[in-house]
Amino acid sequence: MFAATAGLLANPTGGGLDSTRALTFLFVTITFLVYLYIGWRSRVRETGEFYVAGRGVPAIANGAATAADWMSAASFISMAGLISFMGYDGSIYLMGWTGGYVLLALLLAPYLRKFGKYTVPDFVGERFDSETARVVAAVCAIFVSLTYVAGQMRGVGIVFSRFLEVPIWQGVVIGMVIVAFFAVLGGMKGITWTQVVQYVVLVVAFWIPAVAIAKLLTGNPVPQAALTFSDITEKLSALQVDLGFAEYTQPFANKSKLDVLCITLALMVGTAGLPHVIVRFYTTSSVRAARWSAGWALLFIAALYTAAPAVAVFARYNLLRALDGARIVGTESLRTDDETSREILHLVAAESAANSAASEPITWATSWQKTGLITLHDANANGVIELDNAHGKFAEASIDPDIIVLATPEVAGLAPWVIALVATGGLAAALSTAAGLLLVISSSIAHDLYIHFVDPHAPESRRVAVGRAMIVVAIVAAGYFGIHPPGFVAQVVAFAFGLAAASFFPIILLGVFDKRTNRAGAIAGMIVGLLFTTAYIVGNRSDKILGTEEPLMGPWCFGISAEGIGVVGCMLNFAVTLVVSRLTAPPPAHVQMLVESVRVPKGSHAPEAHFDESDADADNP
Amino acid sequence: MGKNLADDHQQVSSGAQETQRADRLRSYWRANLRLIACLLAVWAMVSLGCGVLLVEQLNAISIGNVPLGFWFAQQGSIYIFVVLIFVYAWRMDVLDRRFEVGE
Repeated sequence: MFAATAGLLANPTGGGLDSTRALTFLFVTITFLVYLYIGWRSRVRETGEFYVAGRGVPAIANGAATAADWMSAASFISMAGLISFMGYDGSIYLMGWTGGYVLLALLLAPYLRKFGKYTVPDFVGERFDSETARVVAAVCAIFVSLTYVAGQMRGVGIVFSRFLEVPIWQGVVIGMVIVAFFAVLGGMKGITWTQVVQYVVLVVAFWIPAVAIAKLLTGNPVPQAALTFSDITEKLSALQVDLGFAEYTQPFANKSKLDVLCITLALMVGTAGLPHVIVRFYTTSSVRAARWSAGWALLFIAALYTAAPAVAVFARYNLLRALDGARIVGTESLRTDDETSREILHLVAAESAANSAASEPITWATSWQKTGLITLHDANANGVIELDNAHGKFAEASIDPDIIVLATPEVAGLAPWVIALVATGGLAAALSTAAGLLLVISSSIAHDLYIHFVDPHAPESRRVAVGRAMIVVAIVAAGYFGIHPPGFVAQVVAFAFGLAAASFFPIILLGVFDKRTNRAGAIAGMIVGLLFTTAYIVGNRSDKILGTEEPLMGPWCFGISAEGIGVVGCMLNFAVTLVVSRLTAPPPAHVQMLVESVRVPKGSHAPEAHFDESDADADNP
Repeated sequence: MGKNLADDHQQVSSGAQETQRADRLRSYWRANLRLIACLLAVWAMVSLGCGVLLVEQLNAISIGNVPLGFWFAQQGSIYIFVVLIFVYAWRMDVLDRRFEVGE
């Protein structure tokens, strides 16, 4: 397919921008048709299929689906850009968002798979023999997933608006319709198989430009090897020192060592506690498959996460070299939506012996200025863009980290079909994560709250119908937040990880590993962890979240920032749960037997038996 | 699988075998905990240790053309995470067989 389109491109009809748009349209249409086809093929009728894909997903397929579920628009579009801007300090995302899978694989996934059922609140409610705990868990799951999904829908809208030049709201609506189709028809089964395809699309879309740029800049086509064994990092560090900045690899440039440690750990623990990731391990065919599929999942994630820091270095080097010293040859005024006008600078590349592209116009700078994601300003009016530190950090250019991945193929002058592929990959990443999150929201409302409390005797057909209806409700809510993003969305991501770290992770862990943990301990621990973490994040970010003039409190807890405070909340939860559990009566015999049973893989081959209480007991040792 | 179920029913019928089975499950769980502790020690050492706490000292050394501490934080720790999970899955398969608790 690629050879054919490349041939098509050689045919010089139409301008470069038009062919990029046509190709993007073509790629997006093809992938969307594939998603729709899979959704149609995977339509389901039963609750087990709807929520956990009938527990028939092979380990490798579940690994790929988990990877697509996990890697969102943020991983695909924003992460390499963030690392590019943060240098060493960007490692918090790389280690934090992968290290969590070790915790998940060793401490949670196999036991939750053995437990069976459909959701995380199912486990919490049953293990602690408490409806309150179930409701708290369900509400947390809904909140965490809803904040997350709004960002995905926004990502869909941005990709559509930049590459197909339709308004953001139309892009969001198209994305909503596609997700609705395969999620409503196929539930977890449709979502799983679509995610497997989406993983392939997104990893190919990330790797092709990464390989092309690695080859171009270093001669080595493997991005990871190019990062480690070529001199590109040294060259970037030297360039930064020339411009008056610290070396790229310098640690703790903007964050203290303790803060880096806490944020990394909070992201790890939060990752392991995120309900849409955990629930993927309910779909495997056995406990053994759950363990192996966690390994496949991280391998598939690592394929992107170890390439991202290489792309970060290449992109930063390219951007600095392309923009620094570029001459301004013209300006135009662009009227924006809100009736203000913005000045767009036309640039040509700097003239130097080493620069083969000298004096050629830099067209990507013009098109990205139009989106407002790059702003250039000739502060000292000398007709040249200067990035050195003399007038403050990047005084003459401001670049949104989000465009690093999207713009790098253009900056490096790669073919239009590569640019189109990147747009398609961004959409795959956003849609796959959105679908997984929507299922968690739907199952929390439909299964954990409605069926459990309001309509416990509902027949199979009504259970699936309620699940479907709730997915539609969740999609509409997510779409609304995607079109009208609340100003605090970026802040709320810290919230999602902090809450997952301070609530789910300690409770599930102790639920499996400490038989003595009881209802009173778990509820007290969750409340203390949640209250502390919420208060600290809201207090430190109240200027963004509540709209106060100044944050209500500073980072009083050893200077730990809002992103890292989940670790402290998590430790408080552990401490309170352990102490309160030991001061109150031990959990009842049937709960202790449940704990014994989840620790042993034997018996999980008949998961449906768990729905019948008497059978579940017979399985216990 | 059907054979396992039949085995279970025979064991339940005998008290002595039942105690033996409880002992076996306890040993299985202890072996699991030991394995988890070892792997998590490596997990913490490469990421929080080499990637954060000791990064300045390790940066004095280079791997290829990048400082070693930086490499651990952005490359090495991720590779080791993947290996850790596969080692756990493999060792647990062995334990499941040895203690006859597999599915």
